[in-house]
Amino acid sequence: MARTQTNLTQGAVTRYEDAFAQFEREHPAPAWLQTKRREAIQTFARLGFPTVRDEEWKYTDITPAANLVATPIFHFELNGAAAQVRTQLPFQTLEGHRLAFVNGHYAPDLSHIGELPTGVEISPLSEAIAADSERVQQAFGRSVNGEETFVALNTAFAQDGAFVFVPADVELVEPVHLLFLTTGDAATVSHPRNLILLGHNASLKLVETYCSSTEGVYLTNAVTEIESGAGARIEHTKAQLESPKAFHVSTIQVGAARDSQLRSSVLNIGGRLVRNNSIAVMQGEGAEVTLNGLVLTDHEQHIDNHTTMDHAQPHCASHEMYAHVLNDKSVGVFNGKIFVRLDAQKTDAKQSNRTILLSGDATINAKPQLEILADDVRCTHGATIGQLDETAQFYLQTRGVPAREARSILIRAFAGEVLEPISLEVVRDEMEARITAKLK
Amino acid sequence: MLLEIKNLHANVEGKEILRGINLTINPGEVHAIMGPNGSGKSTLAAVLAGRDGYDVTEGEVLFDGKDLLDLAPEERAAEGLFLAFQYPVEIPGVNTQIFLRAALNGIRKYHGQPELDALSFLKLVKAKTKLVNLDESFLKRSVNENFSGGEKKKAEIFQMALLEPKVAILDETDSGLDIDALKVVSSGVNALKSPNNSTIVITHYQRLLNYIVPDFVHILYKGQIVRSGGKELALELEEGGYDPITAQFTEV
Repeated sequence: MARTQTNLTQGAVTRYEDAFAQFEREHPAPAWLQTKRREAIQTFARLGFPTVRDEEWKYTDITPAANLVATPIFHFELNGAAAQVRTQLPFQTLEGHRLAFVNGHYAPDLSHIGELPTGVEISPLSEAIAADSERVQQAFGRSVNGEETFVALNTAFAQDGAFVFVPADVELVEPVHLLFLTTGDAATVSHPRNLILLGHNASLKLVETYCSSTEGVYLTNAVTEIESGAGARIEHTKAQLESPKAFHVSTIQVGAARDSQLRSSVLNIGGRLVRNNSIAVMQGEGAEVTLNGLVLTDHEQHIDNHTTMDHAQPHCASHEMYAHVLNDKSVGVFNGKIFVRLDAQKTDAKQSNRTILLSGDATINAKPQLEILADDVRCTHGATIGQLDETAQFYLQTRGVPAREARSILIRAFAGEVLEPISLEVVRDEMEARITAKLK
Repeated sequence: MLLEIKNLHANVEGKEILRGINLTINPGEVHAIMGPNGSGKSTLAAVLAGRDGYDVTEGEVLFDGKDLLDLAPEERAAEGLFLAFQYPVEIPGVNTQIFLRAALNGIRKYHGQPELDALSFLKLVKAKTKLVNLDESFLKRSVNENFSGGEKKKAEIFQMALLEPKVAILDETDSGLDIDALKVVSSGVNALKSPNNSTIVITHYQRLLNYIVPDFVHILYKGQIVRSGGKELALELEEGGYDPITAQFTEV
């Protein structure tokens, strides 16, 4: 007997299978990719969409996103609209390289790749595939869990996204900005796919932005896989600025090699129903991973962050700080898994999850999940839920700061714990401005 | 008159703490409000500043002719009321300079004035830090965070200098201060005195009044002003304590 909940999305699964047939016809891929796509659509059909009975989806009913009926856009060109869209893009003054994608398709008019150090590759994934890149062929899908529904769905339909390769010992000073924009009034689904590879001691600052020039309903289902060589350093920032009606599902998976350092900040302001999976696998001794997150919601937004710190090797350190500010009837979900494998002695894992509820109708579902198989480890986690500090607010008001601004100042200070460590000033400042605007 | 408190009654968590306070303050005057612990001194300060959780059940307060109790805390500040906190609040993550600018501009906006630009603001702020001997570096720190007791109180007086209130209430400003800090704070307060403003000094001890000399001293006991007099009343307390005065006012 099929489960009732699954039946609710069975039609959607069939629709995706039908769309896949059309996709394959219109977009033939090299043999290696065709094989991967076919396996993926089969995996997806077998798994179906998750329901709230799945432990991993207990607090997030993804059915509305699954059931979104969208016309497939297998071809898209921005044409004349580029000039108009350009002025609305987030982080416009960010120096460096930008790859822009509109409705899932590479938009050269909005992109800019500056001069690159020898050996560095930054290109749309579609071009790297067309050019028969050996690297892409080897690494594509290697670091992600193909047995997860949305990853499988993305793999089946992945058309474009970014391919970034920084060879050993190269420090790419200027940031790489990956911008995913959804436009148009029609319901659309896009499956951005990013592949980021770093050699030994390479260094990269990566920004992913998801935004829209429409207030409409659409689904973004993104996958970013990152592989870091030994001693590599990555600063990753994701700004989720989707439309207030958008569905957004994303998976970021990082394989962290020996002595590598990754710091990721996932900043959520937009979206109606959002699920982010951030997974870091510490594959070599001495790896250090930071996964931070910020959630600022109002109305009926629902934002779910699932993180996994997989300590697969000894002497690795992980830090995690998630800050939620929830207003109105919005819902936040935080599930932070720390998995310390049997051999991962001397693990140092810290997790903290802090929530401010601005309304009595807002909800946070926070769950630390520790699975510790090694015995010589240090793992700490803490969660706080509260209101804005009334004494502090009163103090500010007695100095003449209007109530609303006092509140905004305190919320920005709270968010600052996640924003401060971001080294890119343009990103930090604009995010702060966006937070301020949202609180008005 | 600047401040007129008439028959003020206030409850905290259903319990009556202020039980009919009457007090009139004119420009240029310094009033000291003294009283034993639990007499209602800090409650009076909190009610005047507009803190939540304090219910005024009776009476009225006129501030420069306006109904003070009808105003939000920030509006009271903009009208010219200032409260120096007994325990200045530490606000991690909020930069002092940003806070002060929001305060000044909030008040300017209330009066329909344009915002201060960054340069004029900084000039103004730096000029005022000298008054209380504060190192300018505190502007870069979070509001009151990890300040010593003395620094916190100096910062309060500095804010007072910046906002130039008509009526300043100093709530136990002497608590936790060593003699040197007390002198700095007092001389700051004295320097800000003018014929147009007035100061209410709330204190348990007479010590502070050696430095900030009051024109009037009021003794608050069980939510009422039971005696008023000149500065000699404080000296009387210094010698005999509160008991001889409060003994006459046993509860009915």
